This record gives sequence, structure tokens and C-alpha cells, in this order.
Amino acid sequence: MEKQQNYAVEVEDLTVAYDAKPVLWDIDLKIPKGQLMAVVGPNGAGKTTLIKAMLGLLKPVTGAVRFLDGSGDIRTLKNRIGYVPQSGSVDWDFPATVQDVVLMGCYGKLGWVRRPRKADIELTKQTLQKVGMQDYTTRQISQLSGGQQQRVFLARALAQEAEVYFMDEPFKGVDAQTERAIVSLLKDLKKQGKTVVVVHHDLQTVPDYFDWVTLINLRVVASGPVEEVFHEENLKKTYHSSGTLLRSVV
Amino acid sequence: MSPQIEIQIIAVVVAVACALPGVFLVLRKMSMMSDSITHTILLGIVLAFFVTHDLSSPLLIVGAALMGVVTVWLTEMLSRTRLLAKDAAIGVVFPLLFSIAIILITRYAGSVHLDTDSVLLGELAFAPFDRMVIGSVDIGAKAIYTTGILLLINLAAIIIFFKELKAATFDPMLAAVLGFSPALVHYGLMTLVSLTTVGAFQAVGSVLVVAFMIGPPVTAYLLTDDLKRMLIVSGIIGAVNGILGYQAAAILDVSIAGSMAVVTGQVFLLVFVFAPRRGLISSLLRRRKQKMEFAKMTLLFHLYNHAGSDEEASECGVDTIPAQLHWDSAYTVKMIRFLERDGYVQLLDGLAKLTEEGRNASIRNYNALFAG
Repeated sequence: MEKQQNYAVEVEDLTVAYDAKPVLWDIDLKIPKGQLMAVVGPNGAGKTTLIKAMLGLLKPVTGAVRFLDGSGDIRTLKNRIGYVPQSGSVDWDFPATVQDVVLMGCYGKLGWVRRPRKADIELTKQTLQKVGMQDYTTRQISQLSGGQQQRVFLARALAQEAEVYFMDEPFKGVDAQTERAIVSLLKDLKKQGKTVVVVHHDLQTVPDYFDWVTLINLRVVASGPVEEVFHEENLKKTYHSSGTLLRSVV
Repeated sequence: MSPQIEIQIIAVVVAVACALPGVFLVLRKMSMMSDSITHTILLGIVLAFFVTHDLSSPLLIVGAALMGVVTVWLTEMLSRTRLLAKDAAIGVVFPLLFSIAIILITRYAGSVHLDTDSVLLGELAFAPFDRMVIGSVDIGAKAIYTTGILLLINLAAIIIFFKELKAATFDPMLAAVLGFSPALVHYGLMTLVSLTTVGAFQAVGSVLVVAFMIGPPVTAYLLTDDLKRMLIVSGIIGAVNGILGYQAAAILDVSIAGSMAVVTGQVFLLVFVFAPRRGLISSLLRRRKQKMEFAKMTLLFHLYNHAGSDEEASECGVDTIPAQLHWDSAYTVKMIRFLERDGYVQLLDGLAKLTEEGRNASIRNYNALFAG
């Protein structure tokens, strides 16, 4: 038997379409537990769509997503799955403090109606410390820089205390210092045995930051350990126009 | 209790009851939906009346609340086709449903007291005539009790589901992942808005309902940084608007509802202009200051780049800088004075020279702006 038979996420025959246009086509993907995985591909390749479909935020045309060796889908496992959306996807003028936003990470565990307790607030303080934002607890979120917003979102994800994390471009618009902080955080998560799936844009940093990579452009071009699949041939296939890609695959 | 006091109590209760769900409408950028709902629920009332033939039946409220939700649903279904924008969808659904209600009333219910004027403007002045009598004891105007129940329902719903409303409003995606269906929260909130509208418009008319739902929350939004505080401040502003509006109407002898809506608008304008951090004046001042800081920084960079170089004379002269930076000379002189006062620049033979401090400041600025 192969060593890696424990999968954090298994995607089977996933096809997602907006109207008649397929955005993701027949995706088969197995993400082993405990990996730090980058999802890489050109603009419009369906990276964000893939994450949203895995999280059940979009309804696929076909296919299924299973988490943690088939122990359930997103509905039953919601407290073990963490999510960091693109920071641009929310309104940062919303009347809330940094702590309010991070506290939302605890909401899943609490379920409907129950209020956050002292222990939850304690947890938010710890996670803010981990991302270096402990001095901003009471800061209004509209006063944060792009990098700080991203850190707040990460702290919120940490407060979810999940086993599998999905992050949509956490490095987008952050300064070099924040980027380093995020990378060390990701490596920490891996050390704790968590699985992290990151939509990533910067090809150069893939070998440094990640140990597993999935190259997609409408379909999965390659997926596996960085040293095995992250090479020029696969990258060429991924970054060609989708038309040539399909012809070369068929 | 005098009718004057009763009217003001009703106004305050309605204002607070409207402001609470209104806060979430504003934060969800759905303000105009309240305008739509306040009108289309009339169709729900008319249809329910055709079923019950009784104007005091509670089914009328159910019909109205359902129609409110249907309005939201139709509007969103239309805009989700991406064939028309959301505001256009509101513009289609709202007149359509409202007009059907008007036609039904004029064609089939002309003899019944379903007065379209009072739907739009309400008549708060008449509210005290409708009494709540238990046994044979008069315990006050009926509207105090109906709107009071409404206020309690809204308060309870928002206190109980505060966390869910907050998460689903700020970040619906995360809410969905955490297991709080944003659609459920959304339609729950819309039901609350519809109920509030039905309960409130009988007393104050639909225009004032819109004013009470949107005015106080947008005013509070300019004054607070925290959702809980925004809810509380909205309630207080709504209540104050109601009382001030009534007093103004009494003094000027004009429409009570109209006066309250006008006061709501005026209070917003006052806050909009004078609010301490987000007001017009303070933003203008802040922007001016930022512009000046930036100009100072730019000049420092310019001097730093050319200090000690061959072209220093042509780049850094007090009379050559204006041409280089495309500034007018008065402005340039002003900026150089500022920098001089900060101790960053010294004037030598008509040349602006950086001091040691100025050099350091320039490097500091550069690092803060560009380096990680």
C-alpha cells in the first residue's frame, strides 16, 4: 500500500459551469493530509471557483467533494474546515473592530444563537498574537492596511481551529513583511498536521512556500509534490490558452 | 394620557422598531428595498382581505409579510439573471405589485375603507382615536400596543440572532462555511422588515416608514464604529427625530408624518456635515492635510535625489523648483517654509538644502512607503 492514503480532500468528477460555459471541467483531485498545497493557474483558470466548489459555496453540475477520508461533506464537517476568502470580498467599512471579525471564526463551533464566551475571546487574543496584530484588537477595521486586513482574516481562520484550511490569495496586496509572516504561519499549520490549500499567484515562490501543487486551467493539468510536477512542461501546458491545452490533452 | 403624548409615544416606538432592521438593510446596501416593500405589502393586504373580508383579521398581516418576502425574492431573481441591474429590478417589481394593489382596491374594494392616501402618508394625528379597550377600560391608543409588540419582536430577533446577522452581513461566504445559511438569515431579516412595515405603516404611512428605517441608521453609521453601538445610536436618533418632528409639526401646524421625515433628513445632513471623523468637514480637512503632507514628502524626495549632484543648482533652487515640479511658486515657497520650520531644509544662496534631519526623514519616508 502507498504511504499517502489519508486524504484531506477528495474531489471526483467535479464540473462547474456558469450557464453553458464550463469553468471547471471534470476535476479529479486528491489532497493528502498534512500538505501545504498551492493551487496555481492563469487568470480565469477557475482557482477561486475550485475552492468555492469544494466548500459547497457553488453548486457543481457534476461531481462530489469528500473531506477527511470520506468522513463527511462540508455540512457535517463545517467546524473542521477553515476558510480565508479574498480580503476584497468583504466591505471593510463595516462597523466592527478587529476582535469582532476574528471572533467570527468561533461562530461555527458555537452554532446558532449561542454567544461567544470568555474562552472564545481568549482564543481570538491568542490568534491575533500569532499574526502579530495583538496591538490592534480594538482598532476599527476600516483603518487597516491591506496587509493588516489579510492578517486579521488569517487570525479569524486560526480561531476556527480547523483541520483543513482553504485560503484564496492570502498574499494578494500584502507587504513583504506580512508575506513572510504568513508563510511562517502556514508552515506552523503544517507542523501541527493541518492541511492548507492556497490559491497562489506568484509562480516563483511556489517551491519555497509549498510542498504540494496543483496546476489548473479549467482542468487539472498536474497535481502532486512540487519537485515532481512543478516543471516547465506542466507550466507551459497550464499557461497556454485553454484551446491548445484541450487539443494537446485529447 | 393626552393624544399629544400618545402620538409621540407611537412615533418613538415606531422609529426604534424601524431603525433596528434598518441598520442591517443599510449595511447590506439594500436601502431601496425598504421603499419597495413598504409599498408592495399593500398587495398582500388586499389579497388577504379578499380571502377574509375582514379588515381587522390578523391574516392581513400574514399576507403583507409574505408579499414583502415575495417582493425581495422576485427582485433578486430578476437581478440574478444578470439581464438587469438590481436597482432596475426594484424599479420593475415595486410599481408592478403596488399598482396591482391600487387597481384591485379601486375596482373591487371601493366601498371598503382601504384608503390609498393613508397608506402612503399615514395619519398619525388620528391614531389616538382608535382605542384599546379591555372589558370597559380604555388603556390607551391601540397603535401603542401594536407597534409595541412589533418593537419587542424586532428587539428579540436582533438580540437572539445578533451573531448570525452580523456574520451573514459582513461575510456571507464565511457564514455559509460556518453553517449559517446566508439565505435563511437574509429572508429572516426580510420577513422582519415586512412585518415591521405592516405594523408601522398603518400608524405612520409608508413614506415615514422608509425615512425611519434608513435615515437613523445612515446617520448612526457616520458616528459609530461598532455594530451594537450603531443599533443603539440608530434607535436613539430615530426616537429624537420622532419627538422633534412632532414638536415642529405642532408649532407649524403641518403634517406630522411629513414633519418627522423632514427632521430625519435634516438631522442626517447635520451629522453628514459635522460628524467628528466621517463628516464632510473633517474629511475635507483630513484630505487637505494629507495632500500637504504628501507635497512635503515629494519635495523632500526631490531634494534628496538631487542633493550634491551637478544639476543641484537647476533642480533645487527656490525659483527653479516650481518649473521642475510643476507647482506654482507661491505654493513652493509655502512648502519650503514648512520644511524649514520642521528643520528638514535650510536655504543657502537661494538653494534649498536638506539638513541631516531632512535626509533621514526622506529615507524614513521611503522605507515606510516602499520597503517591506
